[in-house]
Amino acid sequence: MKALRKYLDKVKPNFQKGGKYEFLHSTFDAFETFLFVPDKVTSRGSHIRDGVDMKRTMIMVVLALVPALLFGMWNTGYQHTLSIGESWSLWQTFFFGFIKVLPIIVVSYVVGLGIEFAFAQYRHHEVNEGFLVTGMLIPLIVPVDVPLWMVALATAFAVVIGKEVFGGTGMNVFNPALTARAFLFFAYPSYMSGDKVWVNGLMAGNVPVDGFSGATPLAKAAAYNQLPSAYDMFMGFIPGSIGETSTLAILIGAAILIITGIGSWKIIASTFAGGLVMGLILNAFAVNPFMEIPAYYHLIMGGFAFGAVFMATDPVTAAQTSRGKWIYGFLIGVFAVLVRVLNPAYPEGMMLSILLMNAFAPLIDHYIVQANVNRRLKRAAVAAKTK
Amino acid sequence: MSKNTEKEPLFSAKNLRLLTDPLNEKNPVTVLVLGICSALAVTVQLKPAVVMALSVIVVTAFANLIVSMMRNGIPGRIRIIVQLVVVAALVILVDEILKAYVYDVSKQLSVFVGLIITNCIIMGRIEAFALGNKPFPSFLDGIGNGLGYGLILVIVAFFRELFGSGTIWGYRVIPESFYMANGGFYENNGLMILPPMALILVGVIIWVQRSRNRNLIESN
Repeated sequence: MKALRKYLDKVKPNFQKGGKYEFLHSTFDAFETFLFVPDKVTSRGSHIRDGVDMKRTMIMVVLALVPALLFGMWNTGYQHTLSIGESWSLWQTFFFGFIKVLPIIVVSYVVGLGIEFAFAQYRHHEVNEGFLVTGMLIPLIVPVDVPLWMVALATAFAVVIGKEVFGGTGMNVFNPALTARAFLFFAYPSYMSGDKVWVNGLMAGNVPVDGFSGATPLAKAAAYNQLPSAYDMFMGFIPGSIGETSTLAILIGAAILIITGIGSWKIIASTFAGGLVMGLILNAFAVNPFMEIPAYYHLIMGGFAFGAVFMATDPVTAAQTSRGKWIYGFLIGVFAVLVRVLNPAYPEGMMLSILLMNAFAPLIDHYIVQANVNRRLKRAAVAAKTK
Repeated sequence: MSKNTEKEPLFSAKNLRLLTDPLNEKNPVTVLVLGICSALAVTVQLKPAVVMALSVIVVTAFANLIVSMMRNGIPGRIRIIVQLVVVAALVILVDEILKAYVYDVSKQLSVFVGLIITNCIIMGRIEAFALGNKPFPSFLDGIGNGLGYGLILVIVAFFRELFGSGTIWGYRVIPESFYMANGGFYENNGLMILPPMALILVGVIIWVQRSRNRNLIESN
């Protein structure tokens, strides 16, 4: 560690004003603050600085994603063994998934960070840390058999169109990871839905053993009522995008986010509440099998939990006001279930509903703030009258 | 027309600017953001886009010309109605010609030829230019704005057809053997076929144009 610090101090002048590599300043800065806590001291104004800067925040989210990631790797292997009708040891299964998932993560980070660094250099900004999380989220929300060049293209699209055109981290309207997924979903639908993409090998022509179906529970619920047990869906032994299947692993992540105060528990809670309420309403008016499935199934199927915990809570694109968060989360849950059930052509309603509410979040905030202003004005007027 | 004013050459610098300005810094689509609707609808393939561009050029040019010729005779209060009659007549003319000679493209364009009437560029140019200028400059202005619109249409359609269908002008550019169905690695981008991508592409064009031409950036 010390040697590293010494080395950084030695090469630092090269990157500062007047140095040889001044043009690479932001790249150097990014690496230095990534490795060490920044030693910046405020010289005027407020002197209170939180030790948790944006890099630590982002790393915390990545840590929260680790359970879902590890489980996703294991599940990739597990679903593969199911499809070929063999049973492997735990490590074999995990290692198989690891080999399959790792390239997607590498591609996502290399492409995304490459673009981020290029933009930061070009605009003389600091390199933004936002992509640390996005780069991990993207592999977790795609099917394991998605071709890598599609991941690269979607990542590039998400970073450039979803983020950089708005001004970079903190300015984006839509969640970049979901932008990438939406891009894939609409651009290459045959690789993002159906019953072959979710399990490794089926796309390449492997014929699964009898009785095995690679369809996700969401796809099954629309066609006929043949869902896996609630236990399987909660634990995540089901086909699906890499990181979204296990509600348990996601809840561990949620606990990390809530305890460290990084994710808003209000949004998570209200999203689940919204989904549950909408599920119950649909149950009450059920006319087809999909509308009849128990409301709590919606919370453990598909990407609902993953979206609620890791996507809806994105501090940039979510509502900012406390009451706004409740409304924002609740409506995400409502719309997700609504889209799922009433339009089975779009099984992943969660993605669409979060993107929709991302667009509405500023409006919600606006009215919450305005309502507060009006209430206070009224109070002030009453106070003035009674004087 | 007084005879003592010196006769302006037919293609003076001023008149030429009427033709070239709308291609870049006064572009009706990317700068004035007019006519976006049809830019989304007809740009899935290059061929309909070019036909649409030509139709709009013809309509803007002649609508400008005719309205400019009548400009001193149109009562101000009913001018919009009169302009609409002129534009509608031209659009119907164009529509009939398309149906007669390029029927398949005309079918692809469907209502959007008829909807040229509502294209803001046309009314905008008539109101802003033809009503206050002589016929010939108005005619050039119409052609220029039609070209500016057409240019964006063709750029957008080029990319949408290339990446959305792998063809250009209906001819296959990306070889069949590249596709996954034939053992390759490539797949057409379905998003390119959908209207939102046209909007995004127009946005990207605006982005590129503004970063090259910085006076277009608003000051706020």
